[in-house]
Amino acid sequence: MTKLTVNGTEHEVNADPSTPLLYVLRNDLALNAAKFGCGLGQCGACTVMVDGKAVFSCLTPIMLLEGRQIKTVEGLGTIDNPGPMQTAFIEAQAAQCGTCIPGMMMRAQALLESKPDATDADIRVALEPNLCRCGSHMRILKAVAAARDLMQSAAVAPATERKPS
Amino acid sequence: MRFFIRFLTSLLLLVVIAAVGFAAYAWNRSIDPIEPPQRTAFDAKLIEDGAQLAAIGNCTACHTRPGGKSFAGGLPIPTPFGTIFSTNITPDPETGIGRWSEEAFNRAMREGVDRQGRHLYPAFPYDHFTKVSDADNKALYAFLMSRPAVAQTAPANDLPFPLNMRWVLAGWKLLYFDSGAYQAATDQSDEWNRGAYLVTGLGHCGSCHTPRNSLGAETSAHLSGGEAEGWAAYAINAASPAPVPWTVDSLYDYMRRGWHPDHGVASGPMAEVTGNLGTLPDADIRAMAVYVADLMEEPSAERAERGSLAIEHAARQGNLIELASAPAGADTPEARGEAIYKAACSSCHEGAKPQPYGGVSFHLSSAISAPNSQNAINTVLFGLPAGSGTRSAVMPGFAATMSDEEITDLFAYLRGTFAEKPVWPDLASRLAATRSGDYHVSVKPSDGIERGPENIGAIDQ
Amino acid sequence: MNAPLLPDLSRRGFLAGSGALVLSFSMMPGAFGQTAAPAPAQPEKPKLPGSLNDARYLDAWIKIEANGKITVFTGKAELGQGTKTSLRQIAAEELEVAPASINLITADTALTPNEGYTAGSQTIQNSGTAIRYASAEVRQILMRLASERLGVPADQLKADAGTITGPNNASISYGELVAGDVLHVEATPGIILKKPEGYRSIGKPFARVDIPGKVTGGEAFLIDMRPEGMLHARVVRPPSYAATLAAFDEAPIKAMPGVVAVLRDGDFVAVVAEQEFQAVKAMRAIRASATWNETETLPDPAALTDYYRGAASQVGDVFSKGAESAPGVTTLEAQFTRAYHMHGSIGPSAAIALLEGDMMTVWTSTQGVYPDQKAIAEMLDMPLDKVRCIHVEGSGCYGHNGADDSGADAALIAKAIPGKPIRIQWSREDEHQWEPYGPGMATKVQATLDDSGRIVSWNYDLWSNNHGTRPGSAGSLLAGRHMARHFPPDPPKLSISANGNGDRNAIPLYDFPNQRIRWNWFAEMPLRVSSLRGLGAFANVFSIESFMDELAIAAEADPVEFRLRHMTDPRACKVIEVTAEKFGWSNDPMPENRGRGFAFAKYKNHAAYLAIALEAQVDRDSGRIDISHVVSAVDCGEAVAPDNIINQTEGGFLQAMSWLLYEEVTFDRTRITSADWSSYPILRFSAVPDSIEVHVVDMPGTPYLGVAEAAHGPTAGAIANAVRNATGKRIYDTPYSRDRVRQVMGA
Repeated sequence: MTKLTVNGTEHEVNADPSTPLLYVLRNDLALNAAKFGCGLGQCGACTVMVDGKAVFSCLTPIMLLEGRQIKTVEGLGTIDNPGPMQTAFIEAQAAQCGTCIPGMMMRAQALLESKPDATDADIRVALEPNLCRCGSHMRILKAVAAARDLMQSAAVAPATERKPS
Repeated sequence: MRFFIRFLTSLLLLVVIAAVGFAAYAWNRSIDPIEPPQRTAFDAKLIEDGAQLAAIGNCTACHTRPGGKSFAGGLPIPTPFGTIFSTNITPDPETGIGRWSEEAFNRAMREGVDRQGRHLYPAFPYDHFTKVSDADNKALYAFLMSRPAVAQTAPANDLPFPLNMRWVLAGWKLLYFDSGAYQAATDQSDEWNRGAYLVTGLGHCGSCHTPRNSLGAETSAHLSGGEAEGWAAYAINAASPAPVPWTVDSLYDYMRRGWHPDHGVASGPMAEVTGNLGTLPDADIRAMAVYVADLMEEPSAERAERGSLAIEHAARQGNLIELASAPAGADTPEARGEAIYKAACSSCHEGAKPQPYGGVSFHLSSAISAPNSQNAINTVLFGLPAGSGTRSAVMPGFAATMSDEEITDLFAYLRGTFAEKPVWPDLASRLAATRSGDYHVSVKPSDGIERGPENIGAIDQ
Repeated sequence: MNAPLLPDLSRRGFLAGSGALVLSFSMMPGAFGQTAAPAPAQPEKPKLPGSLNDARYLDAWIKIEANGKITVFTGKAELGQGTKTSLRQIAAEELEVAPASINLITADTALTPNEGYTAGSQTIQNSGTAIRYASAEVRQILMRLASERLGVPADQLKADAGTITGPNNASISYGELVAGDVLHVEATPGIILKKPEGYRSIGKPFARVDIPGKVTGGEAFLIDMRPEGMLHARVVRPPSYAATLAAFDEAPIKAMPGVVAVLRDGDFVAVVAEQEFQAVKAMRAIRASATWNETETLPDPAALTDYYRGAASQVGDVFSKGAESAPGVTTLEAQFTRAYHMHGSIGPSAAIALLEGDMMTVWTSTQGVYPDQKAIAEMLDMPLDKVRCIHVEGSGCYGHNGADDSGADAALIAKAIPGKPIRIQWSREDEHQWEPYGPGMATKVQATLDDSGRIVSWNYDLWSNNHGTRPGSAGSLLAGRHMARHFPPDPPKLSISANGNGDRNAIPLYDFPNQRIRWNWFAEMPLRVSSLRGLGAFANVFSIESFMDELAIAAEADPVEFRLRHMTDPRACKVIEVTAEKFGWSNDPMPENRGRGFAFAKYKNHAAYLAIALEAQVDRDSGRIDISHVVSAVDCGEAVAPDNIINQTEGGFLQAMSWLLYEEVTFDRTRITSADWSSYPILRFSAVPDSIEVHVVDMPGTPYLGVAEAAHGPTAGAIANAVRNATGKRIYDTPYSRDRVRQVMGA
């Protein structure tokens, strides 16, 4: 049994410790966002955050993740109460098929959490490991920039106005 | 007393003479600026030759910022003494070398002095470029002067006093620099000499592959191992740590394509080097291989035997049913490392995908076998990033998912099982320094691979 | 609002419940020339708009329940192009309700009309048109019924939000009006549609219905389905096209933890396990231990044009006008090539199949549920009505990718393990090496200019095999080919039609007095190929638009003016002019190695008009091309969902830019060697242009013109022309890789 903390909740997972996190997220924990794109660390569709850093969940065995904080798109908000990153992507209509989008969001989230004033150029560099085949790049960049602005204005807003993320 | 005064006077005189002599040595005249020449002033064939020479010299690797305009400089080069920024060598008249005459360029290559007469820092490896012939310098000049001019000023070098005073370099040169074009060794073949000329001259392999002393000059232990941009540049002489001994053929293949099935993929700064070398005529690459193979000497019978065994073991790898099973539960570094290896590494490193796109077998890996742990650390922490629109070996980095303890365990397993050696004694400190950024590593895509046969100049007549 | 993923609606379910409309549809295959329909003899029926012509009953498209709930049925699938949203907008417009209140059911062989494939940018044109007219007629029927029930003349009634109201508070809801078979009537031709001035949904901003779920971890894709008892399967594909299984020891695999079954049927090998990672490990173990006999079947990758020329066995006359040639002042000729291109879906294909009793249900992301159903039924030797294919969203497929095959894989395995949902997931390597590619092509253009700089004759030859091997028969499915029965592939045939295939967009829209357009066709498909977004349009427009610039240079004319000089279609002229104006097109000198490029095409010559202008910066030493300042104008008729149009055009541009600059399938004489993204690189963020502007030239009230594939050809042309403008040298072959750029530019 492996103990995994995902989006703040502890889970006891009965999977082979060498199982990549992606399969555990999707199959054992029924979390839909992170996707299988290549299993090779080349496309980023599986990107989630571990202790604040973006990682390829398709190549991270769960045995390395006990005691670590794992965050997925599901931890950014819900459909009724979306967080700033999700709000930004919805408002920008930043998706075509939508497969790559959760990976993009988590890579961007990791950037903005460590560098809240990331520039547009920083965003481009940060997203390099993630592929989008439909060509939604322009909107993804716009959405992440908007998320940055939303998160920065939320940071200066009084605590009562903040939405839980 | 009189003796004492005479002694002091003589000493003073000596010091003054030495100072004057040194100043005379240190001073170089400024060469007059010229109007930037037009491309039409140069013979097209000369420019083409220059392009090939620039590929050997790998000028673009230092003189281009990744993603920036070619040869416009500005790349920070960390040295033990501080950071030096590469200069703009496009023919821009204000910020580049547009006003340099051919004589000025030649002098820079031969003597390490710029147009105005100032000494250049040996981060620009004129200790090698001095060997380049006048004819080749002419072609290089034609090539560089016919590039698009880019107006870009490099940031100022970040060096402490007195190193930021260029005249101290004269002292360095006095001690360590022998200028002069390459002289052929009469007892060697033309091919060997061509290789030696390219390797010790324009190729400046020793800049990375030769150890340096405390003042940053290459020692006489020619090509016995050095470092570059945070990576270990392995010995490419008889002290080569590669599990499978290099041959002329494998060296040629590796330089041509950027990978070899018995050795793996060129990574770090070497990726760009092989990317450029792959554009050269086969004969030149072969010559370099001949020279380097000669330095490596024939392997001993024992080493050759170990090399064959390594290849055999690598070929038999990939027993994926066994890999799929959980390893024994002993709680030693090797056992914990084995579990990590099976879970995180074996799917690529014992997978079916062939080189250069699949993971190399660690039986064949110099990074695991070498006495220097740095490259293994770099690769595990940072991986091999994907090239932008170019084919490249891709590997994820594990900095975010493996702790120092886990990496240490992993290396205990890899060193023990694949290289049959104990773990590196300095591993912990290197690992910590690399992870924290105190020890800076430049991470580049390994996209110099698969470059033949569609390259310029690659077709041998 | 998501359509239910596992609809438990059956036809019987529809019949139950009072006041609900009866669903019916005609089992007529054969949409748009792809398969021949076995039409029963009947009197000549009037032509109906769009797909209504094939599914003529109104209740095939619209169902209204007693509680007022409206369900719209489409035979088309959501591929990420936003049709789940735009079709709702269309229906909502004519039904006078809010789009969000409509329940949309997409491609399901048990429930929806047969609209063939979701392909060729025809969803709005065909399904949208059908739904438009059907909705309009339904509303008019309801108005008539309301008028009768309320005793008020119809012209005094108003429909809004599912209720019809009149003077003196007269009011009745849609739900109250429907009864029995009221909508089980054939559509009538000549229905009047709402005027654009009154639009409340069409052309109005309406956020896509699927995006919120996709960004919050909702169930949105086939891969999110987790039916009870589901097992995980992996297929171990052969290492090359003609490989046959030599030896394979099943015993150790069966003994691996969690493995439920190892299947072997001829050269088809699959493993099924309880947990997904167990299946993955078993698959890797099989791959390492199984041995295959391989044969060299692939052409020499360094001599493909020679191969195409040699293989050509038939010449199709695509178009002929005037004389073979005409006298003039200058004659130019050029040849172009296009590499094999991947669809490269980001998520490799996946499918689920379940055999319950004698009923096989397949959940698949195929673009054509009906053809896939037919092929799978043949493969499994099951009656057609015992196989049901339901489309569930997958990754963008951009044509015929591995989706159809993965459905067949799942079905073949499910047949062997009844009662358990079987989920198949292709690996990245499976998708890279087994998806059908966009075919490699070669073209040759020759044209003559007269002394006034007008093109007087135009000769165009293309070399290509077919751009379509969709199901089809069981032999079009990988499982069908590999299983012991070895169903043979469908024999290809040369077919010239208005829709176009390899010859799509080979006919220039420009007005040239003398033209010959020929397709040098060959049957052989040594690499597996099929429809990739745009089909022949990418290569043909790349060639035509590149060559137009060469002619413009020879005529010493501005490229934009030169195109207008030869264009008589006013809508084409409009998009060309708008693009040039918004871009700021001029001939002012540019810095060294920087250039401008322009291109235009009308997709298929009967779909959307699209022009592009952009700038390119070429670094001759590194071979890198940087694209910037991209401006496009597009006219696709009445713009239903303008934001979708912009999204598709931006996306089409970036995809085609990636094809042109980077992409080529690589192979040796036996195997496909581009096995994943490391060996088949595509666009990354560092190369994305600084800006892409799309101007939608809206033409309200005019027919819908398909736009989803309109950008690809002009993208290639514009980049090619910008590189030429920047450097004075033209690159005739794709991809514009760094090595090729350096080679062409020289030192």
